[in-house]
Amino acid sequence: MPSFDTIVIGAGPNGLAAAHRLAKGGASVLVLEAGAAPGGGAAALAHLSYNLDPRVEQGMDLARHGLTWATTALPTTALAADGNHLRMDGVLGARLSGNIDPADAKAWADLRARLLRFAAILAPLNTMTPPRPAADAKNPLLKLAMIGLKARMMGAAEFRELGRIFLTNVFDLLDDELRSPLLKGALAFDATLGSWLGPRSPNSVLPWLYRLSGATQGQQGALGLPEGGMPALATAMAKAAVAAGVTIRCNARVARIEVTDGTATGVTLTSGEEITAKRIVSALAPKTTLTALIGPRHLDNGLYTRARHQKARGGAARLDLTLSSLPDFRGADPTHRLLIAPSDQHVERAFNPVKYGEVPEEPVMELLIPTARTPAPDGQHRLSAIVQYAPHAPADRDAARAAMLAACLLQLERHAPGLTASVTETRLRMPYDIEAETGLPGGNWHAGELSVEQMLFLRPLPGIAQYRTPITGLWLASAGCHPGGGVSGTPGWNAALAMEAER
Amino acid sequence: MNDLRHYETPLLPTPFDARTAAACKTHAWANWGGYRTVTTFEDLAMEHSAIRNSASVYDLCPMIKYRIEGPDAVAFLDRLTPRNVAKLRTGSVHYTIWCDDAGHLLDDGTLFRLTDTRFRLCCQERHLPWLLDSAHGFDVTVTEETEDIAALSLQGPTSAEILRRAGIDIDALKPFRMMDVPFATGRLMISRTGFTGDLGYELWTTPDLALPLWDRLMEAGHLHGLRPIGSDALNIARLEAGFIITGYDFTPAHVCLREDRLRTPLDMGLGWLIDWEKGHFTGRNALLKQRAKGPEWAFVGLEIDGNIPADGAILYRAQKHEAGVVTGACWSPTLKRNIALAQLRADLVKSPDLWAEIYALRELHYAKMMMRARVVDRPFYTPARRTLTPAARF
Repeated sequence: MPSFDTIVIGAGPNGLAAAHRLAKGGASVLVLEAGAAPGGGAAALAHLSYNLDPRVEQGMDLARHGLTWATTALPTTALAADGNHLRMDGVLGARLSGNIDPADAKAWADLRARLLRFAAILAPLNTMTPPRPAADAKNPLLKLAMIGLKARMMGAAEFRELGRIFLTNVFDLLDDELRSPLLKGALAFDATLGSWLGPRSPNSVLPWLYRLSGATQGQQGALGLPEGGMPALATAMAKAAVAAGVTIRCNARVARIEVTDGTATGVTLTSGEEITAKRIVSALAPKTTLTALIGPRHLDNGLYTRARHQKARGGAARLDLTLSSLPDFRGADPTHRLLIAPSDQHVERAFNPVKYGEVPEEPVMELLIPTARTPAPDGQHRLSAIVQYAPHAPADRDAARAAMLAACLLQLERHAPGLTASVTETRLRMPYDIEAETGLPGGNWHAGELSVEQMLFLRPLPGIAQYRTPITGLWLASAGCHPGGGVSGTPGWNAALAMEAER
Repeated sequence: MNDLRHYETPLLPTPFDARTAAACKTHAWANWGGYRTVTTFEDLAMEHSAIRNSASVYDLCPMIKYRIEGPDAVAFLDRLTPRNVAKLRTGSVHYTIWCDDAGHLLDDGTLFRLTDTRFRLCCQERHLPWLLDSAHGFDVTVTEETEDIAALSLQGPTSAEILRRAGIDIDALKPFRMMDVPFATGRLMISRTGFTGDLGYELWTTPDLALPLWDRLMEAGHLHGLRPIGSDALNIARLEAGFIITGYDFTPAHVCLREDRLRTPLDMGLGWLIDWEKGHFTGRNALLKQRAKGPEWAFVGLEIDGNIPADGAILYRAQKHEAGVVTGACWSPTLKRNIALAQLRADLVKSPDLWAEIYALRELHYAKMMMRARVVDRPFYTPARRTLTPAARF
């Protein structure tokens, strides 16, 4: 068995991005993946792309390794049960048509431009190692000053507005500007997708700005759909990594990271096999890495306790249906991204029961029907949905899953009569199923909740936000690190940059 | 104590209260950890003299005690404390400390190894949340047992003889070792430990046997000068012995608000406790960094001119540059010298030009004195009888 100087744990987008960059820099890199194929959350959970890091897409030359985009500006239809839908064309609802209050068209244009502008100003933070609030931190003060300067150069009124909405909640922000329930519902859904926040939760705007700072093919706020779906993106990343000299071993689950005298020396697999390396990069959730792979014996009590207590509650479930015929959502274009989120109130109401470990009666959801675009060889149709909100730790998990599935199907039937009769196969993965399958703590999509108190220098935890850990030679490179989740590769790329800067 | 009328008893009695209250002629009480304790029973000079010349009993019940038990007890304690617990033999006691992640001291205390897998940790402050957090991931249970144990400290040259007269054979008992004997209807654990720097023992039993224990010792010791002492006399003895007290000589990190008041073991002269080779413990990374850089502070013993105790005095170099602060001081009746413990800037430990600014209150007006201070070795006083085994007959 050849020896490697770097082991990357986890072949998700961040692990692959980090591995690729390190291999290009001359390291011999082994990626260990517990699953049968690379891809991680990108392949298993996500169904579209909103923030693939251009540094990763270009640096890994994903186009050459098979990534093609079916669309880089996926339109959205916000469904109404009566068929009076709202169509949102272009990037982030650049053009609205259908069920919309005329006054809202103008108000949304203003708010949309403002949100994109604010997100763009914050975007440079994503590609930086987060600054440390300490006197001797050697922060990139010029870069930070530029962000501040650009914010100020928006003018006094806009700068003040950024300050006003920065830590406010999505519900109030939308309520200030808009009236149309369908539009507000669609925006409230997007803003809270994948988080454990309702639109009315404090500080819900900042995670939305993070989402809006993402881009597809250079288009900020655009939703992208790779040809072949998100697994194709993961496959392209894996191919690119292998082409760069990375070795990927699947079905190799790491049981623990070996530490001697405060230095990581290698890993032991669940098979008992030991592999040594000078550098270990964990692309698993930081909470899992610290509590399960390292453990308390090698960590200070304060840090270990903070890791245990890091918030990681998943609120989103993934539903996959196989249908004998293409469902008809009362005339909505099936190639669109379809949203069932009738109003901002509905989104909040779907969150309420989850706070108490219960299942919402009317979940809100995002639907994709890839077979409407590219027919499947078997003639069946595939519908994938991200459904909010699902309890991450209900009292009875099987009962909660059954109730959630029933509620989802009822909600789908309401919008597409006859859909349930055409269902030939269902698969609903609740947050706890996602945790069991992927290891994401609490089934949280961001490998640790993305909320203000767990962002920037607080992500994943204060003291270890710069990808480095107190264990010499152990680095963190997961979506649980700054800047956060999505299929971006950004934390992995940032971590690799931080490792390069170390030398 | 879930009694809703607890506020009517703001200070709890200890299991020895019936005896200590009767003996406390001055009614000089103090609050120690929520218990009513005695500062001086009758006469401070006589009480201190008993520690050094005959024998004393001191009620230790308010000291916080934790039971730590389980297959991972050693691993847990080795992660909690910088000292090497694997080296602590069953039946032995060692002085110990523990720190937070930043290496700042949380407390000091004594660790008793009762069996292979059972320990008792005695300390000044309450730490249950920290200990329970630290126990996560270890097969160990941590239980506060302060109220389950009655403890009495028997200290002074005649203490061994008093135990012999009480029918307990302690001749084989070496310093920092313990033994267990039947007593009345239960058991008595005796450790050769103490806080006076003298020959002495600490006696541990259940609260129901507290008064029989007191009575047995008093009866055995009445011809050997045994008397109860309060915390004032003990404080003088501990200063002579050079021992530190959490909250007096340093501020524990979990209650410390000012960043510049936090102290590490290296700042407090406790680096000798740290086993750098044993593996990880909480605070190790931070302390390694501090060791490489050298600590900013030192903890020293001082002899100060004159006879006015220098409590709280600010220390100066060349009478004008601040150099540190006195954390405890007294006129030592044993040494007939004015002694002090102090936090001193590490670079000034060897300075020949140190001064203590002492304020003496004299008929409502402070007399300010600048007295020369010299760094001296600790302990100030350590008699040979402390470690002699078998303990001498006096």
